[in-house]
Amino acid sequence: MIAIIDYGVGNLFSLRSSLQYLNLENIITNREEDILEADRILLPGVGAFSDAIQKLNNTGLVDVIKNETEKGKPLLGICLGMQLLFDKSFEFGEHEGLSLIKGTVSPLRPIVSDALKIPHIGWNRLQKKKEHPLLKYTKEGDYVYYVHSFYATDCAESTLATSEYQVDIPGVVAYKNICGTQFHPEKSGEAGLRILQAFSEVS
Amino acid sequence: MITKRIIPCLDVRDARVVKGTNFEGVQDVADPVEMARFYNEAGADELVFYDITASVEERGIFTDILKKVASQIFIPLTVGGGIRTIEDFDRVLKCGADKVSVNSGAIQNPDLIQRAAEKYGKQCVVLSMDIKRVDGVFRVFSKGGRENTGIDALEWAEDGVKRGAGELVVNSIDTDGVKAGFDIEMLLAIAERVSVPIVASGGAGKMEDFKELFQYPQMDAGLAASIFHFKEVSIHDLKCYLRENGVEVR
Repeated sequence: MIAIIDYGVGNLFSLRSSLQYLNLENIITNREEDILEADRILLPGVGAFSDAIQKLNNTGLVDVIKNETEKGKPLLGICLGMQLLFDKSFEFGEHEGLSLIKGTVSPLRPIVSDALKIPHIGWNRLQKKKEHPLLKYTKEGDYVYYVHSFYATDCAESTLATSEYQVDIPGVVAYKNICGTQFHPEKSGEAGLRILQAFSEVS
Repeated sequence: MITKRIIPCLDVRDARVVKGTNFEGVQDVADPVEMARFYNEAGADELVFYDITASVEERGIFTDILKKVASQIFIPLTVGGGIRTIEDFDRVLKCGADKVSVNSGAIQNPDLIQRAAEKYGKQCVVLSMDIKRVDGVFRVFSKGGRENTGIDALEWAEDGVKRGAGELVVNSIDTDGVKAGFDIEMLLAIAERVSVPIVASGGAGKMEDFKELFQYPQMDAGLAASIFHFKEVSIHDLKCYLRENGVEVR
């Protein structure tokens, strides 16, 4: 059972549908019991970092999530949900993250010049940096779908795959049982479904 | 780098995709879920659904179809047609849409763009424009391209983006249906005024038209309907062709 954390950020329809399509049992929840009972946790998220971390803190679930992952329960953060896993974010100010993975979240501008559009929206290819069970079904050069204006930095150790957009954007990260994708696997066609499938098998 | 996108557009009425209407008004139709599946497998980068129904009851049928498609096709979905309020945004987003396209609704009430961008983020708001040259000036038309609003298209594009539109669909009424290529002149004029992605629409008749379009780095995506529906151009072949010609596609 995968617990999709519902903390009032973003639309979970596609995420849920993709897990169902893969026949992966799941529940959209903000209840502690469900998270304890689930064998893995999915942390979604769209919108602004400060708003999201505040809403997540308001659920009172952060300690539960931290305890469960500490015990080894796999967690996958998606898009902003991945960014929340780092130490802090510089999105409109400075905000503390969950500190589950070392690194910070920084704006793509001005590192990425005006020649390229921000947000980074669209299909971009993955370049694998490290082998990991999460990428068990991912091929070098698989295209995945991104929508974001901020990206993970200072996280070379945990970076499993990147996509090039003037800079190398960490697309897939993992530290022990904590995983994240900057792109939306639930919107990345077959390549995305294969990553969700692999997550369901990560132990 | 980001790939160029190929986007088939599906007009949905009475739970069917309307593929075309001949002069006698006879419609050729298909099942939207089947078609979405077909395009997904063919390598479409995104799907656009236009709700061309009029009544409220039919709107419910449309959202059911959208849900069905969104629960089986895992690529970005854009929905347009009759979007006038934040509630309309909410309704289609809850059914699995990723982006919502506004046209006449935003002309009548430009605030809609702002309010939607604030609530759902700019990436979610697509401003679709039907444009035609009138006495040498690009003008915005509303009501499916039937009514000249008198609005200057370049100014409207700029204004829409300032208000929070994250993407523009530029549909040239002048080249629509002619199948002699996209309206490059119009598209470049718009691109000069904005820095958001531009989806070119109207005029594609053959694979070369997409190659010509993507010679311009400002152009992000090409949208078409009938040439894909009637299999005059296959998305798979189109992508192979573009790849061979140095255009990065998925």
